[in-house]
Amino acid sequence: MTPMDFLQLVRGPLFDIALTIFIFGVLLRLFEIIILDRKRDLSEARGGEFIAGSKTIFRRFKPDREKLQHSPVPTILGYIFHLGFFICLLFFIPHIELIHSALGVSWPGLPNFLVDVVALITMGALVGLFLYRLTNPLLRFLSSFQDYFLLVVVFLTLATGYIAFHHIIEPYPLALGLHLLSVELLLVIFPFTKLMHTFTVFLGRYYNGAMAGRRGVQS
Amino acid sequence: MSAHITLGEALRRRGVSRRGFLKFCTATASMMALPPTMVGAVAEALESAPRPSVIWLSFQECTGCTESLTRSHAPTVEGLIFDHISLDYHHTLQAASGDAAEEAREEAMHAHWGNYLLVVDGSIPLANPGYSTIAGMSNLDMLKESAEGAAAIIAVGSCAAFGGLPKAKPNPTGAVSVADIIKDKPIINVPGCPPVPSVMTGVLAHYLTFGTIPELDVYGRPKVFFGQNIHDRCYRRTFYDRGLFAKTFDDEGARKGWCLYRLGCKGPTTYNACATMKWNQGASWPIEAGHGCLGCSEPDFWDAGGFYRALSIPINDPAAAIGIGVVAGAAIGIASGAMAHRKKVEATHHREPLKVEQLEGKA
Amino acid sequence: MNTTDHAAVTLRPLLHEIHHALQRLAQVGEEHTIDLEALPFGPGDEALLLEFLGSGEVAAQLHALGESRVLESRFPGVWLVTHFSEEGVRLAQQLEITRTPALLRTPQEELGVAVEQFAQALREQGGADDV
Ligand code: SF4
Repeated sequence: MTPMDFLQLVRGPLFDIALTIFIFGVLLRLFEIIILDRKRDLSEARGGEFIAGSKTIFRRFKPDREKLQHSPVPTILGYIFHLGFFICLLFFIPHIELIHSALGVSWPGLPNFLVDVVALITMGALVGLFLYRLTNPLLRFLSSFQDYFLLVVVFLTLATGYIAFHHIIEPYPLALGLHLLSVELLLVIFPFTKLMHTFTVFLGRYYNGAMAGRRGVQS
Repeated sequence: MSAHITLGEALRRRGVSRRGFLKFCTATASMMALPPTMVGAVAEALESAPRPSVIWLSFQECTGCTESLTRSHAPTVEGLIFDHISLDYHHTLQAASGDAAEEAREEAMHAHWGNYLLVVDGSIPLANPGYSTIAGMSNLDMLKESAEGAAAIIAVGSCAAFGGLPKAKPNPTGAVSVADIIKDKPIINVPGCPPVPSVMTGVLAHYLTFGTIPELDVYGRPKVFFGQNIHDRCYRRTFYDRGLFAKTFDDEGARKGWCLYRLGCKGPTTYNACATMKWNQGASWPIEAGHGCLGCSEPDFWDAGGFYRALSIPINDPAAAIGIGVVAGAAIGIASGAMAHRKKVEATHHREPLKVEQLEGKA
Repeated sequence: MNTTDHAAVTLRPLLHEIHHALQRLAQVGEEHTIDLEALPFGPGDEALLLEFLGSGEVAAQLHALGESRVLESRFPGVWLVTHFSEEGVRLAQQLEITRTPALLRTPQEELGVAVEQFAQALREQGGADDV
């Protein structure tokens, strides 16, 4: 198989399969959760659920001071990683083109050198998180294979993208193919691992906020 | 021109001075994409270059490659090279036809058995030999026969090198490349649809000059011409890096000469000499003319997604994948969620509350 | 942003290469040749380069297998050599960083012939005198 065959494969059928599994899996799990519903709260409501829930979704983007003081390293690295990853994903122009072709929506991108710097920082943060997990005794005790594995997969998507962009591996079709392959791996495992938190975190926050709101306390 | 005199001798007989010869070598070295320091070596080699016999076969092709070649931009220099090679057989260019043409081919083959250079353009149909025949002979048979006595083969154009347009899905003729059939001869692939003229002559000049096969990449392409990535050598690259793109062919970005990535430019996956050698006597090249690169020197470029779709967009329309995913995911999700929900409701109904006595083991 | 803007960016490395080569020529006499055909020029790049180099004291024209022009730039030691075919099509263009482009020097190979030819001409001249 030549590098071009490989690229055609990952840009063609493999991508279709991965995307189908991803969408299928995400919807499957979201519907399961939503339909299962929460236990009915029989207590008398002291406040609204909806507004409080919605507010909490946004309020919790803000770093928690206590957590920041207690374990600053993973908190800060975590924020850097999440922010960086989304900048690379959503503001690199070739990615915007992909989203535009699939969903028909588009927005302005960032100059490549900015995305480039962000990608490096993000990869640095991921390495930091990996090392922290390995060296912190408590976290290490709590970590499963999945925790390490996912860090590696996410790192691979960034690293292969960086490699492809800079033509570090030649020929380019091979480099681009590897990037797509790693993304496809991410898409396939996404719904069935804790990566699902990308979506469920908002459900969770809403439920938390809504419950607190009903009780008339702040979440 | 006698078959035995060298190129240096032939030029002197034509009254070309030493300066003229050195100039010829400079132009040839430049055409071969060699560094200027190599001019001396080229001069030395050309001085004693023997006169090779060339047989040119055309199979499933559009003659675009020959058209391109005969319009190459340096008639004197390339003319001297072509004068010097003995083009014994070329379907399209030769005056002879029918049996006389086929005889010429056989004669040249026998006279230079083991030493002639075979040039092929066009792909070879395997589904049914009748799709393309010459003098009643299938392309496959003619290629095999002619390849046997060849010193080396140059597959000119994307069809001969990779199958090209005839091989595009669904490939009705079962087209394949030269390298798919011939396994025991050195093959130089010179893809492009058509190839840059000076690349074709450059490869011929290299063989003529040094009598060797140039260094090749994974696709059998000479690295001197196909080692450079279009995107890396593109003068619009600064715009790519700054995130400035033309979004249509007539917007502000297009007028200002910004990057054509969003208009489907395949420069990043393409390796060819267009950015430096250019076309039409060095006048311009596709990207300079405002159109994205089609990637014509890469295998299966016809099937690499639309010409006007950005490279990052998958080849197939994602609508099908999204549709299946949404419908199946939602349906099964709802079903499974509903089942779990019912179970929960049932469990609540049949719930037997635990009493303190039970816990204390008194019940 | 316009064409000259990106031209400035793409020309920069070339100008540095010329500068460096000129330094080497001045210090240790090392010569250097740059094939301008091998550079990925965009529209306007070449004009900008030629404008930058300007023209100096020497301009020579050769007639060998078509015309060739040898021009010294406004920087002594930086030469622009352009070859044309017999049909007037440009074949090659090079920058030579040297004290004399090789093409201007009489080739050794032709000196022998020249001696012969001169002797012949001299004989003819002498013969004419005798008459
Ligand atoms: S026009 Fe094409 S080759 Fe040039 S920089 Fe843009 S994407 Fe790359």
